[in-house]
Amino acid sequence: MTELYQSQRAMRAMRKAAMQRGVIAVLDVGTSKIACLVLRFDGTDRLASVEGIGSMAGQSGYRVIGANTIMSRGVKFGEIDTMQETERAIRTVVQAAQKMAKIRVDHVIACFSGAEPRSYGLDGQIDLEGHTVDDQDVARVLAACDVPDYGADREVLHAQPVNFALDHRSGLGDPRGQVGQTLTTDMHLLTVDKAAVQNLVHCIRRCDLELAGIASSAYVSGMSALVEDEQELGAACIDMGGGATSLSIFMKKHMIFADTVRMGGDHVTGDISMGLQVPTSTAERIKTFYGGVVATGMDDRDMIELSGDTGDWEHDRRTVSRAELIGIMRPRVEEILEEVRARLDAAGFEHLPSQQIVLTGGGSQIPGLDGLATKILGQQVRLGRPMRVHGLPQAATGPGFAATVGMCLFATHPQDEWWDFDLPVDRYNTRPFGKAVRWFKENW
Amino acid sequence: MRSLTSGRRDNAPSRWGYRFERLMLTPLFRLFLRVVVPFAVVAGSTAIWLSDEGRRESLNLAVSDLRREIATRPEFMVSAMTVDGASQGTSEDIREILSLSFPASSFDLDLPAIRERVEELPAIASAAVRVRPGGILQLNIAERTPVVVWRTHEGLTLVDPEGHVTGPAISRVAYPQMPLIAGEGAELHVPEALRLFSAAAPLNSRVIGLVRVGERRWDLVLDRGQRIKLPEQGAVEALDRVVALNNAEELLERDVKVVDMRLAHRPTVQLTEQAVDAWWQASQMTTGTVGQ
Repeated sequence: MTELYQSQRAMRAMRKAAMQRGVIAVLDVGTSKIACLVLRFDGTDRLASVEGIGSMAGQSGYRVIGANTIMSRGVKFGEIDTMQETERAIRTVVQAAQKMAKIRVDHVIACFSGAEPRSYGLDGQIDLEGHTVDDQDVARVLAACDVPDYGADREVLHAQPVNFALDHRSGLGDPRGQVGQTLTTDMHLLTVDKAAVQNLVHCIRRCDLELAGIASSAYVSGMSALVEDEQELGAACIDMGGGATSLSIFMKKHMIFADTVRMGGDHVTGDISMGLQVPTSTAERIKTFYGGVVATGMDDRDMIELSGDTGDWEHDRRTVSRAELIGIMRPRVEEILEEVRARLDAAGFEHLPSQQIVLTGGGSQIPGLDGLATKILGQQVRLGRPMRVHGLPQAATGPGFAATVGMCLFATHPQDEWWDFDLPVDRYNTRPFGKAVRWFKENW
Repeated sequence: MRSLTSGRRDNAPSRWGYRFERLMLTPLFRLFLRVVVPFAVVAGSTAIWLSDEGRRESLNLAVSDLRREIATRPEFMVSAMTVDGASQGTSEDIREILSLSFPASSFDLDLPAIRERVEELPAIASAAVRVRPGGILQLNIAERTPVVVWRTHEGLTLVDPEGHVTGPAISRVAYPQMPLIAGEGAELHVPEALRLFSAAAPLNSRVIGLVRVGERRWDLVLDRGQRIKLPEQGAVEALDRVVALNNAEELLERDVKVVDMRLAHRPTVQLTEQAVDAWWQASQMTTGTVGQ
């Protein structure tokens, strides 16, 4: 745990350094596309001094100066499958984004959707003995959480304190400066497969980039696609990607659950490809042009030409009705949504006060999906798009870029995580030098 | 899996291409490439080229040739000089000291230097020099106008109101309208002298000149050896009093040698010796008559 703490702290320090240098890149390594945005920090928060305007979630201090998206290579289910291919893809996208930004980027914050995230709810409690809560106490209570045995091959990606309680008062955002007897915290711990993270880190290192942070795409797409009151009241964000559909549940502006269904738009494409006997690229084109999940009578007469280059005229000149296409797509989409429903049920989503569900990601653009999702997931379903950030090109404002845009917010306005607090001092005690330093700090 | 037939080549940059691209996007490196490298290349190649003596000389030669070629174009040639605002003698003086040979290129004419040399002439107050279109060197001269003749041990000179000696005077007769002053430092007080001369206008026919005494005060010298000693301060007022006295009492028509006005509250009159003798005898006679 300490090793993880150090590495995450190192990433945080790197993020700070990058923000001071003014340029940072965010990289969304997805199954169907890899997107890179280059952010420039103006440093001066122009609106900070204006009364009545908050920090705008760190929105006012930066703008996107470079953006590029390419088709992903070597990624499956949101995890790196062929490292050389992925490395090349990352090189291509970073180079193009750099070229657009006209500046070299050294620090990158990456997100990915796969690697089987698992959520754990932790709680910790310490005795305060009646003095005011300070940073050290927060660190102590975070360290007092008993970490479950999540396995040696897994790594902690996020460890966010989601709630503090002082004696009987719960729901404190920031307990510092308050007086009480016992301080309790709830922490949300998200672990992922260690190998997947290490592959990604290795890939990015091989591109001469420094990793300044790493995030789960379930978390960051929730940050960008959910509006503020949805985050506050409780909502689930379902990011339907190419190879994986990630879902995250937000409550009181904190993510309390995240999970991934290892199915996505690529599986729909695969079904079409197999069902219609067409190449994957044709299947992808047909899906994006004619796809849908609700068939009407009109769709029986809407014939789609399937081109091909096999040389067999009969095979190359086939047509298929749109109803048939919908008949192929709908079971797979239903399967994905039902799997999501199962995960939400497992997370206890129905006990939340608000049952808002936001569908985002490239897969959410299937026509009629909201109607289908209403049947499976519940009544309060809407299609979400990422929020606007400064300088984002029009091409990158679609729902497929929810995670990418969320990374911008994550980069500029990160939530406090466990490693943002100093280690409680009693951890130092093993080292006599540290003890001496602590004695000096306390006495002067 | 890629099919063997599809010729889509990998559009990803190679590792070294990627690194090179990143290097080229580094701000400091770009600055280095844009500023330092061209500067160093130009400076270095110039230095290497110039390190050879022969090349340097040929370069100098070419530069001077080019300069001469441009300077001797007809547009830049000056063929004559005109002097405006100077009297005949001064104009000749100017031509003599400048001793310019025409035609000359306007590049070779140092106009400020010409102006300085012209202004060094005593008779010239200021000069403006320019090259007029048409290749004419135009000198606009403002001459000093002498107002008094100053007699010194060296001879007669002419002096303007500011105390500048404008030139020698051949003789006093040549400048009958100018008053005469004499004495050390007299030329520095020409305006005062002029005021005194105008105050002495009623005595005009009798005035010979003003003498500066001890570099501090004036003596007005009249014919018949008469002399009016004026004070340091208020010389004009003192002279006015003498003139008024003269009008009333015909003081200066009498046998008076010196009228001393140096002490304002006690003007003193010195008689000539004959007058003293005559007065003595007259008084003797009177006293003798009285005594007898």
